Amino acid sequence: MKRKPATRKPAKSAVRSEVPAPARRARKSLKRVMLMVGTRKGAWLFRSGPERREWTIDGPHFLGHIVNHLMLDPRDGATMLMASKTGHLGPTIFRSQDMGRTWTEASRPPAFPKASDGQRAQAVDYTFSVAPAHLSEPRAWYATTCPPGLFRSEDAGATWAPVAGWNEHPMYWQWNNPDAGTPDGAILQWVTIDPRDPAHMYLVTSTGGVFESRDQAASWRPLNKNVEASFMPDPDPEYGQDTHCLQMHPLAPDRLYQQSHCGIYRLDRPGDEWVRIGRNMPPEIGDIGFPIVLHPRDPDSAWVFPMDGTTVWPRTSPGGRPAVYRTDDAGASWQRHDRGLPRAQAWMTVKRQGFTCDDRDPLGLYFGTTGGELWASADEGKRWRQLAAHLPEIFSVAAATVV
Amino acid sequence: MMRVLIPSQLRSYTHGASEIAGTGATLEELTRNLDAAFPGIRFRIIDEQDRIRRHIRVFVNGEQANALAVSLAPSDEVQIVGALTGG
Repeated sequence: MKRKPATRKPAKSAVRSEVPAPARRARKSLKRVMLMVGTRKGAWLFRSGPERREWTIDGPHFLGHIVNHLMLDPRDGATMLMASKTGHLGPTIFRSQDMGRTWTEASRPPAFPKASDGQRAQAVDYTFSVAPAHLSEPRAWYATTCPPGLFRSEDAGATWAPVAGWNEHPMYWQWNNPDAGTPDGAILQWVTIDPRDPAHMYLVTSTGGVFESRDQAASWRPLNKNVEASFMPDPDPEYGQDTHCLQMHPLAPDRLYQQSHCGIYRLDRPGDEWVRIGRNMPPEIGDIGFPIVLHPRDPDSAWVFPMDGTTVWPRTSPGGRPAVYRTDDAGASWQRHDRGLPRAQAWMTVKRQGFTCDDRDPLGLYFGTTGGELWASADEGKRWRQLAAHLPEIFSVAAATVV
Repeated sequence: MMRVLIPSQLRSYTHGASEIAGTGATLEELTRNLDAAFPGIRFRIIDEQDRIRRHIRVFVNGEQANALAVSLAPSDEVQIVGALTGG
């Protein structure tokens, strides 16, 4: 039998064709989505049915604890880490090996070294994010904290050690201005790791912008060219930007997107000059916001949740009419999607880690608001429905596909 | 053995006990010994720079202790309190 000549397929098809269609359909029928929702008063898990129409609510877990972030390890599908503190008690990490049914505490949570004489003494106020390390390092995780600290665990979150390459960098106090930062303090927000190379990493801070390492966090350099910092005397500084969210495309790791305090940007490496793709948003909406979500199978598709960054920065949906905006051409144009969302008098705020997607087809999108509402779309953002209305202030929403 | 009063916020570490027996010649030693008996409890109330956390108060015989160097005797009563946070 003659083989058909090879045809060049676009990226989307190539990715989808990795799994034969019948097997894909069978696996799809077994897949469910679990949402991990971190709030100011505890954590909740939402588990979907196969079609993502029915959802069960599991919670609260750790009622009254401040849960900034929790995440399931996609490498083993079982380990979950939760960044937590309480109003009275110091920060810690809780660990689950059974997808959130039972929890134990890290025996050595993230902590800065004891300061010697003359050194500035830093103490972790809270852990902002936990992130699995590279696929080739199956038990390794990173954690980022306020004040800005980077920590690494080699044992699935049981013990943590400071990463000196960031925490003791000669430029640390210039990049992490202790007088700047968010109302909740200066934050080291997120670690992004190149799937092709565990030594190639990016960090995001609320006081410095984006930083890159090519030696697994031993050294760092700013990566902020063309990213505006309108709140600085020099609006185009080498560092000092307030990046709210950085995303690397998993299939095209040279493509980065960021939602910053001053707009939406894209960067195609090895270039180092960001392009403000938010200029293509409707002027009446603007391009200010906290999160940005990428389509895991299409490097040209992304969603943002715009907020009002005018006058005194209300940080709420422009005009009280919430919507997501989607691009399918890498930011050249944006489309509004608000079907199912309130039409008026809805002053939503979605924080940095409050907007995410699953990996199903069509893609599911989820966001949580500071007013405690959890919203879901099972058709890539076209239609939305509310999964919960009265949770505490939502800090983070993470999604995992589970069987 | 000194009497140590545990606030509700920390009783998940002491298996629900509101009062436990402690040992140590200083508050530093007491908190180290508590951590050996109830792993993790110390870091929730003392930070990595050995400072009592902002919303924790420690009283020795009714007097507020502000540093871990405070001396203790077996007859002392140490009260740990979660205080002054909310919302």
